[in-house]
Amino acid sequence: MALQSLDIERRSATTTPVPGVRTPLEVAKLIDVTTCIGCKACQVSCSEWNDIRAPVGSNIGVYDNPIDLSPQAWTVMRYAEVEEGGRLQWLIRKDGCMHCADPGCVLSCPAPDAIVQFKNGIVDFHQEHCTGCGYCLTGCPFNIPRLSEEDGKVYKCSLCSDRVAVGQEPSCVKTCPTGALRFGSKEDMQVIAAERIANLQQRGFANAGLYDPPGVGGTHVMYVLHHADRPELYGLPQDPAISPLVELWKGLAKPLAIATMALVGFASLFHYVTKGPNAVSKEIEKEEEAA
Amino acid sequence: MQISRRQFFKISAAGLGYSSLAAVGMAPIAAQAEVRQFKLTGAREIRNICTYCSVGCGLLMYSLGTGSKNSKAEIIHIEGDPDHPVSRGALCPKGSGLLDFIHSPHRLKYPEVREAGSKEWTRISWHEAIERIARHMKADRDANIVARNADGVPVNRWLSTGVLTCSAASNETGILTQKIIRALGIVATDTQARICHAPTVAALGPSFGRGAMTNNWVDIKNADLVLVMGGNAAEAHPVGFRWAIEAMKQRGAKLVVVDPRFNRTASVADLYVPLRAGSDIVFLGGVINWLIANDRIQWEYVKAYTNARSIIGEGYGFEDGVFSGFDKEQGRYDRSSWNYELDEQGKIKTDPTLQHPRCVWNLLKAHYARYTPEVVNDLTGTPTEDFLTVCELLGETSAPNKVATVLYALGWTEHTVGTQNIRSMAIIQLLLGNIGMAGGGINALRGHANVQGITDIGLLSTNLPGYMSLPNEKNHPTFADYIAKVTPAPLRDGQLNYWSNTSRFFVSQMKWFWGDKATRDNDWGYDWLPKWDKLYDTLHLTELMQQGKVNGLIVQGFNPMGSFPDANRVVEAFSKLRYMVVIDPLATETASFWQNHGESNNVDSSKIMTEVFRLPSTCFAEEEGSTVNSGRWMQWHYKGAEPPAEAKADPEILAELFMALRDLYQQEGGSVPEPILNLSWPYNDPLSPSPVELTREMNGRALADVPDPKDPTKLLVKKGEQVPNFTVLRDDGSTLCAVWIYAGSWTEAGNMMARRDNTDTGLGNTPNWAFAWPANRRVLYNRASCDPDGKPWDPKRRIIAWNGERWGGGDVPDFKADAAPGSGMDPFIMTAEGQARLFAVDKLADGPLPEHYEPMESPLVTNPLHPNQITSPAVRIFPGDRERLGSRDNFPYVGTTYRLTEHFQFWTKQVRLNAIAQPEQFVEISEALAREKGIAQGDMVKVSSNRGFIRAKAVVTKRLKTLTVNQQTVHQIGIPLHWGWETLAKKGYLTNVLTPAVGDCNTQCPEYKAFLVNLEKIPTIAAGA
Repeated sequence: MALQSLDIERRSATTTPVPGVRTPLEVAKLIDVTTCIGCKACQVSCSEWNDIRAPVGSNIGVYDNPIDLSPQAWTVMRYAEVEEGGRLQWLIRKDGCMHCADPGCVLSCPAPDAIVQFKNGIVDFHQEHCTGCGYCLTGCPFNIPRLSEEDGKVYKCSLCSDRVAVGQEPSCVKTCPTGALRFGSKEDMQVIAAERIANLQQRGFANAGLYDPPGVGGTHVMYVLHHADRPELYGLPQDPAISPLVELWKGLAKPLAIATMALVGFASLFHYVTKGPNAVSKEIEKEEEAA
Repeated sequence: MQISRRQFFKISAAGLGYSSLAAVGMAPIAAQAEVRQFKLTGAREIRNICTYCSVGCGLLMYSLGTGSKNSKAEIIHIEGDPDHPVSRGALCPKGSGLLDFIHSPHRLKYPEVREAGSKEWTRISWHEAIERIARHMKADRDANIVARNADGVPVNRWLSTGVLTCSAASNETGILTQKIIRALGIVATDTQARICHAPTVAALGPSFGRGAMTNNWVDIKNADLVLVMGGNAAEAHPVGFRWAIEAMKQRGAKLVVVDPRFNRTASVADLYVPLRAGSDIVFLGGVINWLIANDRIQWEYVKAYTNARSIIGEGYGFEDGVFSGFDKEQGRYDRSSWNYELDEQGKIKTDPTLQHPRCVWNLLKAHYARYTPEVVNDLTGTPTEDFLTVCELLGETSAPNKVATVLYALGWTEHTVGTQNIRSMAIIQLLLGNIGMAGGGINALRGHANVQGITDIGLLSTNLPGYMSLPNEKNHPTFADYIAKVTPAPLRDGQLNYWSNTSRFFVSQMKWFWGDKATRDNDWGYDWLPKWDKLYDTLHLTELMQQGKVNGLIVQGFNPMGSFPDANRVVEAFSKLRYMVVIDPLATETASFWQNHGESNNVDSSKIMTEVFRLPSTCFAEEEGSTVNSGRWMQWHYKGAEPPAEAKADPEILAELFMALRDLYQQEGGSVPEPILNLSWPYNDPLSPSPVELTREMNGRALADVPDPKDPTKLLVKKGEQVPNFTVLRDDGSTLCAVWIYAGSWTEAGNMMARRDNTDTGLGNTPNWAFAWPANRRVLYNRASCDPDGKPWDPKRRIIAWNGERWGGGDVPDFKADAAPGSGMDPFIMTAEGQARLFAVDKLADGPLPEHYEPMESPLVTNPLHPNQITSPAVRIFPGDRERLGSRDNFPYVGTTYRLTEHFQFWTKQVRLNAIAQPEQFVEISEALAREKGIAQGDMVKVSSNRGFIRAKAVVTKRLKTLTVNQQTVHQIGIPLHWGWETLAKKGYLTNVLTPAVGDCNTQCPEYKAFLVNLEKIPTIAAGA
């Protein structure tokens, strides 16, 4: 019997095999930016549900606020004004964790169990195991995780794993006024996306499409975009992939490190066998304590 | 704990070794990978209705503790109610942040007083507060109430104390307020409805018979075309707006936005069309002209259901921008020439052929012939191509099976021509046959959660509950005069003319006011009601305060300091009061108007002698009661927690105050004590009437058996029973009913407002969810969804139909259920004609047909339609306010104020979650203007009008465009209004220091949407300077 409510797919820095018999439903959140009005209900409900409050900021001449993701702002709206064929478009995108199938954060994290990928697709950060090294920040192709200066832990969207674990949708999805956010099985989300894309193409958006980038094995947060050919208009990377540094770490550095550590182990044993235990004189010990 | 250096090395080495091993995936123990525990397991769930806007979303509130005696309930989380037919689990950014409203650090906890000249609040007991306030009120009332006017008519008018009431309060608070203030003789009273949707009632009532949103939120999904103009539904009503998105997704409906700004609604629209703020009637008049010229008219509908064929009297005329009957001296119209030509029987003369030059159709056609596409382009700045596209799209819905709806709000109401803006659209929707249809109508998106209810309850200067007028001293000196003059005579044969029942509604209401003291012999206590002489709207009240004629102001859940126009003059006005009482859950700028806040409120506290009492009240989560959403749904909400510290529910505060006053009158006597002593007060706990008691009185009950007139051996309702509906109300004193339109909301079957069966009976109609006034009708005027023979115009939009014997269907017929097609009865049962009015006859102050007039502050120095009449001749403006108008010489830009979706009025700046989402005051300017002024994104700018100034951040945007109007360049500046000094967000200026104190000609709703400003960049101070 597993100790957790969601089955584990992967754990950071852990090679213990995960239970593989159960095959829970793969879930996804679909963000239809074409029906998003940028009201920030998702932002607010995210903070309310997760008991986080970012500091009250400033206006810097845009609608965006909080201006960026932070340990206390796990999702923010990003607004872009784009002129296309003489018509203005106000492209508004909800930014937050993409819950990649191949998560760069999990792969790069050196702290066991600090990042867990569940079989349903959710990638969750467990701050009690986080050492604050910040490798996940480099590992993420979407620039999502944020390191807290207060507690030295990294935070991001959990896709409301606590809600999903008891059979509820994430808080942001439930609250979305226009239905721009949807949640369900990944397959269902792809079907809904296809309907939306057909509707948009009828309305003159020839390049409408789904953003589910294969470079990270697909994501469990997907976008319907009017201009899927140009995700950069929305501030999304064209072809996101895990940083080569992470690949290097996993591919080459890790076996090397294991070999090095094994070598150190053998050398220590050899040293012990040949020289005996290292003893500290009582005097030195006392000196230290007095100091 | 002391750690030696050596021990530290040991620990570090062990840690390093551990993490190195762990890093390569060789963790020695399996750590748990559990998700955060679900935090609501076992929490109590309470249902409520959102307190902010009039979408009326369902809430699930979760509270700490099991409800046991020893636990103190505390709301720990709020989310949407998925069963709610409108919101379906969703909430907007305000609703999502409600938790932080309930727990705002700015909630009021104790009664406080600010003594005259003081700089601080002092905590006092409830007892002291009530005693002192009652003493103030009695002294002022005794000294100043007018018992009789010069003609000897008992008028019982107390004008030296004003009352502002709360459109967010429940109906139960509202009705108790109404009862008390009228007994006291208060006429100088108003609510937020005045400054938001008063023009809606004034426009829709004369057009269709009732002043409310015609359809409902979910019904928007049945539209083929959604026009959003004069409003920004996505911004202000995000959850209701979902049904427009649904129409787009499911039906392929088109969404068109016409607005001065490319706004959040425009971000998801098929077409955005710009126009100059304040030029809506030009645009809409242009549409009327285009529809007529291009024959896009639902002819059968127009001929049968509107007054198109009616002939108007000979005296009517319109010349050089002025309608007939204008009295230049008075600045007012004599409207008698705008009426129908009647035959010998007093019935309207008609011309079925539409040939008569004075039939409404030809007057309409002639009036709008001037509104050509060229004129539209010239005055609105809208590109002609875009204008014509909108005309084509609207024109398509003249087909009986195509329907357009319109969503609007304050973008239309808050103009000197506010009522006429809406009237223009009413005419268009009638020409297209879109009223009464599922997916059609004119959807006035109301503001506050219960502004519909508070309007229904008549908390406006000259109203009584149920859209009856408070008696006027000249027209209605006696009960007989009142009934004779307010009951409309039938103008056509065979019409229902429902207001012919006025006496039943009125007498039943008098029985509620005065109980057993209201008898036939004393005309049901008629003399005790105050009689009005003038409309004491918010602007008038402020003017009287300025003149020092008002001593007291009682403010219940209202923040006039923030929301009245020309805030600098409002501070001056308040400073002249002797006492002010503020009842609110939150700290407001009104209560602290005497505090100096630098540039944003530069007053000398020591010179302000007003005694201010601040009384803490409950918020929505801490009380039960009903609120009415924009679609007229009366929804019940339940209490989830106790209020903070000593805060009390409004009915309790009001009752304690009234009881204290009544005691004083009993003990000491005083001026005009009768209405106070005779007011019916049958509540179990006189100091705290319960919401259930109050709401049952609004529904009404029989005081004696009411026999069935068709069969006197049967009873319609037995003595003591709640009435089932308003048809059983009587004018013989045998029934009591506070708000006749609410009859049916709490019957013998129980609380109909708390019903939760969300079964869809078709087209998204959920008739068993809550209760919709009147009589649970969900689409008003739905008889007009069928042709004269009783067949639905569009079989796919069948909401009711004639089944051979009766009208019936998914909705309750808004008609006499057994009046057969062909009986001659027409669908608009609340008008004396039975028809809707294209031509509003004498119902409006500024003309029977909408005409374009410039805002009082206009960037043009002419009105090309009639250069001799630039602004509306029927505008009422006080001399002091006129002096404060500016001109384009000093204030060259058009300013327009509005709300942001992250905030609700002036409340949510005190709600942390919303302060985070939009923390600082800003204005929006176009890139062109920014270039001209050297302003960059995020610079501080100063926006000033002739009345004051604000400083704010600049949001430079492509979404505002420079328009060419009448051969000149017009820049518009967008000014959101949510800021102030009682705030968790960054301190800001009151936006309304900029706006002019002049109102809509019919309702005096202020012109917040179009005025003149200047813009300056504030030079940044160099570092180290």
